[in-house]
Amino acid sequence: MHPAFSVISFTTLLGAAQGLIVTLGILRLLGYEINHLAGNLAIGAALLVISLGASFVHLGHPERAWRAALMWRTSWLSREVIVLPIFIGLTVLWAFIESTGVSQAQPPGVLSGLVISILMVSLGLWICTAMIYACIRFIQEWSHPITLINYTLLGLASGLTLTCLLFVIKPQDPTLIRSVGYWAIGLTLLSGLTRWISVQRNAKLSPRSTLQSAIGIRNPTIVQKSMGMSAGAFNTREFFHQRSVFFVSNVKRIMLIFGFILPVALLATGLYWESPVLIALGFPIQYLGMLSERWLFFAQARHPQNLYYQTVS
Amino acid sequence: MTQTKQLALVIDLNVCVGCHACVTSCKQWNTSGSAGPLTDQNPYGADPTGTFFNRVQTYEVDTFPLTQTIHFPKSCLHCEDPPCVPVCPTGASYKRKEDGIVLVDYDKCIGCKYCAWACPYGARELDEERQVMTKCTLCVDRIYSTSLPEAERKPACVMACPTNARLFGDIKDAQSEVSKAILERGGYALMPEHETRPANHYLPRAITEIIEAAKRDLA
Repeated sequence: MHPAFSVISFTTLLGAAQGLIVTLGILRLLGYEINHLAGNLAIGAALLVISLGASFVHLGHPERAWRAALMWRTSWLSREVIVLPIFIGLTVLWAFIESTGVSQAQPPGVLSGLVISILMVSLGLWICTAMIYACIRFIQEWSHPITLINYTLLGLASGLTLTCLLFVIKPQDPTLIRSVGYWAIGLTLLSGLTRWISVQRNAKLSPRSTLQSAIGIRNPTIVQKSMGMSAGAFNTREFFHQRSVFFVSNVKRIMLIFGFILPVALLATGLYWESPVLIALGFPIQYLGMLSERWLFFAQARHPQNLYYQTVS
Repeated sequence: MTQTKQLALVIDLNVCVGCHACVTSCKQWNTSGSAGPLTDQNPYGADPTGTFFNRVQTYEVDTFPLTQTIHFPKSCLHCEDPPCVPVCPTGASYKRKEDGIVLVDYDKCIGCKYCAWACPYGARELDEERQVMTKCTLCVDRIYSTSLPEAERKPACVMACPTNARLFGDIKDAQSEVSKAILERGGYALMPEHETRPANHYLPRAITEIIEAAKRDLA
């Protein structure tokens, strides 16, 4: 598939913002005192709105986007379109309540209910986003529960490193930074492991469709001589990444180094030497890794229609 | 959804000569009809591109001296279980109950391209200028047109084919020309492994079958 920058930035920003809000929600439920909680929640909500804006860039007719909420009975995309604004709304409501200065020591029952529902909606949003891809049964690279696991864990990991960044910008209790930092390291390692499993799985997949099943001729030797056009078409632009094997393997290396190895090293050394700069660097570095991870997610998906478009002539 | 009527094309690979008359007649009719315009970008430049509902591809099968050239027309297969329809978030993509034609409502399409991702055959093309998803309509604005003589109420591609390689009719009607062709001549569907139940069928080349049988006998 052709990785569209709008979709890459939308899904990565959305995941990180969800991870941030979920982290703040869990800390709140556990009774931690968080400085500037309303401000950090507002940053999370702003990231959600920016990601929503990025998703609009992907549309040919963004002025009709409201229609995308109609087919929730059958379409995971439609479900995502409904759940995302609910998530934004609940987060803004929570930020507003926190800005009025309620006690943080013991969250009152109603606020706990709100935070728990935000956590549930976020989980639902991760499922919707991942199922958009995982439900396409003939794209074998996507059609697997590992897609759901990766979207959730990568979102949590990047959200935790983002929380670390925000916690060193606006001073927090050092023990709070330390425990969030440990969780960020743990989730980054775990998501790196599950993402690597999916990379290995993709490499071993044998395609269910072949040129033989695509044109229905049972002969082992079939060569396409013409795909029916002298230049390109939507089919050659949308479903091919048109990059070299070298480029793709470099993206994979960037994903591994920037997405997982460097953030873990930065957070670990930053926590050890108590260096806010090193801790703060974790998120921007990891975000570059997440962009390359998402690029790879699309580029590695081999669409069966590509069987029909192998020779330009 | 089980259709009681399912209109479809049956394409005879024995006689298709790869002339692209179906491609150009489709473009001509549909760019001026209710599905149009089918826009082109840079049509006279070095890298022309544009929207087409139908393409004819060419494949070379087997090795010399048994090599065969196969011309292979491909358009939307109007699947009986179309994976492009349930994924559409707006309901712009739909399958008609009355005749099984899969259509796009261009006024509802937001151009998210998700339906194209969900079609294993690559049958859908986003029109770059209109930014809506387009596809074969089986010339829905021809086949029911009362202003055309009855003999011309067929898809433009079927009318244009000089070798009669394209048959059109209801595959749920056992007496129809298409049902008989599928039954008697071993009509098959593309990529049956995805269980989309394409309505369009292809008639296998007799010469290919003969060569394969001869090879089996020799082996």
